[in-house]
Amino acid sequence: MPIELGHFALILAGTVALAQAGIGFFFWRIGGRITSYLRQAAILQFLLVVASFMALVQAFVVSDFSLELAYGYSYTLQPLIYKITAVWGNHEGSLLLWIVIATGFGAAVAFFGKNLPSDLLALVLGVQGALGAAFIAFSVFTSNPFTRLFPPPAEGRDLNPILQDIGLAIHPPLLYVGYVGLSVCFSFAVAALISGRIDAAWARWVRPWTLGSWAFLTLGIAMGSYWAYYELGWGGWWFWDPVENASLMPWLAATALLHSAIVMEKRNALKVWTIFLSILAFSLSLLGMFLVRSGILTSVHSFASDPTRGMFILGMLFAVIGGAYGLFAWRAKSLRAGGLFAPISREGMLVVNNLFLSTAVVAVLVGTLYPLVLQAVNGTLISVGAPFFDLTFGLLMAPLLVIIPFGPFMAWKRGDFVGVTQRMAGAAGLSLLLAVILVMLSGESVSLASFGLLLGIWVGLGAIADIVDRIKLGRIELSQSWRRLKGLPKIAWSTMLAHFGLGVFVLGVVSVSAWEVERVERIAVGESIEIAGYTVKKLDVSRRLEDNFVAEKVDFEVTTPWGWVSQGSSEKRVYTASRIPTTEAGILTYGFSQIYISLGDVSEDGSRVVRVWYKPYIILIWLGTVIMAGAGFLSLSDRRLRIGVPKSSRTVPEPAE
Amino acid sequence: MRWLLVALAVFTLALPALVAPATAIEPDEVMDDPVLEARARAIAAGLRCLVCQNQSVDESDSSFAKDVRLLIRERLLIGDGDRQIMDFMVERYGEFILLRPYFAPHTYVLWFFTPFVMIVGIVILLVRLRRRKMLQARPDDDIETSLTGSEKKALYSLMQSDQQREEKPE
Repeated sequence: MPIELGHFALILAGTVALAQAGIGFFFWRIGGRITSYLRQAAILQFLLVVASFMALVQAFVVSDFSLELAYGYSYTLQPLIYKITAVWGNHEGSLLLWIVIATGFGAAVAFFGKNLPSDLLALVLGVQGALGAAFIAFSVFTSNPFTRLFPPPAEGRDLNPILQDIGLAIHPPLLYVGYVGLSVCFSFAVAALISGRIDAAWARWVRPWTLGSWAFLTLGIAMGSYWAYYELGWGGWWFWDPVENASLMPWLAATALLHSAIVMEKRNALKVWTIFLSILAFSLSLLGMFLVRSGILTSVHSFASDPTRGMFILGMLFAVIGGAYGLFAWRAKSLRAGGLFAPISREGMLVVNNLFLSTAVVAVLVGTLYPLVLQAVNGTLISVGAPFFDLTFGLLMAPLLVIIPFGPFMAWKRGDFVGVTQRMAGAAGLSLLLAVILVMLSGESVSLASFGLLLGIWVGLGAIADIVDRIKLGRIELSQSWRRLKGLPKIAWSTMLAHFGLGVFVLGVVSVSAWEVERVERIAVGESIEIAGYTVKKLDVSRRLEDNFVAEKVDFEVTTPWGWVSQGSSEKRVYTASRIPTTEAGILTYGFSQIYISLGDVSEDGSRVVRVWYKPYIILIWLGTVIMAGAGFLSLSDRRLRIGVPKSSRTVPEPAE
Repeated sequence: MRWLLVALAVFTLALPALVAPATAIEPDEVMDDPVLEARARAIAAGLRCLVCQNQSVDESDSSFAKDVRLLIRERLLIGDGDRQIMDFMVERYGEFILLRPYFAPHTYVLWFFTPFVMIVGIVILLVRLRRRKMLQARPDDDIETSLTGSEKKALYSLMQSDQQREEKPE
């Protein structure tokens, strides 16, 4: 019964969404009562979808195998948390989660958007309604999660063991919030194009949604990367897998959008481009959805699927891209160019940033889609893998990293390149000094990696130098500097943190790529492997019986170069229901570095191949991204950017930056 | 993801030298000659494991990957060059095995599209810059000269008060 109720709630939500879309599009000019109706509709739609999602969760928790989905992806002996996460460990359920988040964003716009002009709000909610209706139709007609099974089987088929991990509770929800949040930027862009209201205020209204989605997307991708790192058992953290690329493209587009929206907000320039990016970012989210759910790719992430699903998303993709960009082509000409600026200026730097980031989107897009297109055109099967992306993406990112610190230093409108270079000389010198010291300490010869280090330190220190420069540290009295420091707007801090996080990330990437050490040896109990000064000793082998899997566990004792002794263990598991084997790596963390131990095959004499990696400073990769996301949230907490605030004219004047 | 190092390689006009990638290589596979071994590893990192999901032959512990790794080493011992071995693999398994496709007519679009977009982007920016400069050359478009004396005064006092606001802590 609850399942039918959930099913019904979902269909009802779809009709509400449809009504919301129709009324929004046709009566947006009326505003007023229409808008308040639309706001109620958006919230109602969200509540209905949540109810239907809860029905699904309930069926999984009580292991109701008369629900086909619960039978396919659940198992009575799973721990409760995995019973719940199994709801979105499959295509149909994850789509419903996606819809929950999408309608949640619609409801959030309705809830927080009280102070938006009523015609703009009506249009935004109309577009959100249309998207919601399309997603719900996709779910109900092609991927219905509420299909029943009769007679109900006694036991379920269990969730893919790789997914039985806390990662599934964290990674998809975060990522979906990011993907779907971009739909709000999209709706705002379409609403702006229809209503013709495109100005600095618009940029300010959109900014929190961009920031939020970007921060969640950053976290989602980073968590996915860490999950893959510890779960897949071969120690990589980014594989240029098409599905990873599908998440990287919206991220790059959202990063570009974040920066161009600043120009639009502060200087009323780059309007057309910002609108273009808003549409692009969400289109790329949808493209990702298509790649994952159409079955066109084989990947760890892809769901078993049938062609109608692919066609449905493709149709939606064409409607969204075609419709929005058609509107864009029609209306963009009517936009008046905004504030002028010299090429050497903050705006100019942000334009260059956007040039690199959007070209990077193109690089990833081409690499991801080209094999598919080529195969469709003449049947030639090629692979485009890590070596291709390393080259093209890297070529684009290195110069971008060099110029990043210059951006915040530049003045708006007209910057002084020589002056800025002089003011940054300190940071540059210090970076060079630090890089040289680090390389000398590490005892390595000067290599590419040392330049990588330099680049990472430069980006990180450059970010801090901006703050130091703003408070005129050392140039005026310390107490005055302190006062300026306290008076700095949050946006200055978040810029600094985000760029600093990027520097930290780069350091992690460089050090793990260059100084990772690997040993593969066949060892028996009591023998050990020496790696980068660490000693990994194999202690004993035991068997572990859990409710839903059997594990062979190998304990290790790791002695650090400075004499600490700690223990870890690696496992090979076989899951009872699915008979699928998995490897659980043993990971020991020392500061920012890790020892990663993975088990290979056993030979007849009982010895076993053991792979050990020393991963220097690998934690910095994820720490850096978490800092970046944190910077996003910090900026989001800035009172001046809160939705609704733009109404007050008092807040408009910006402190000169 | 070694894009950063590769980037730096080209950026500093040096050659990518170091980098020991993660691997599934087994102890008995390793060759005695470290130079040959390094070449074997590099070749393996550029080949797709055909029975895996997006893993290179170097990373995978599947039996297919192991066979290919051994095959690479056999060819190296015979004295084949890197390109010869790649060609051999392509002949045997199809071009799909190459993680970085050949530079050939059917991949021109793949290789040239990104630089093309970059160049178009730069050209558009330069054209706009020129047009803007021409606009600025006309005095009417310059805001400051088109203001009356009293407007200028008002603007100046506004800017002054803004600066004072900045000096004061919030």
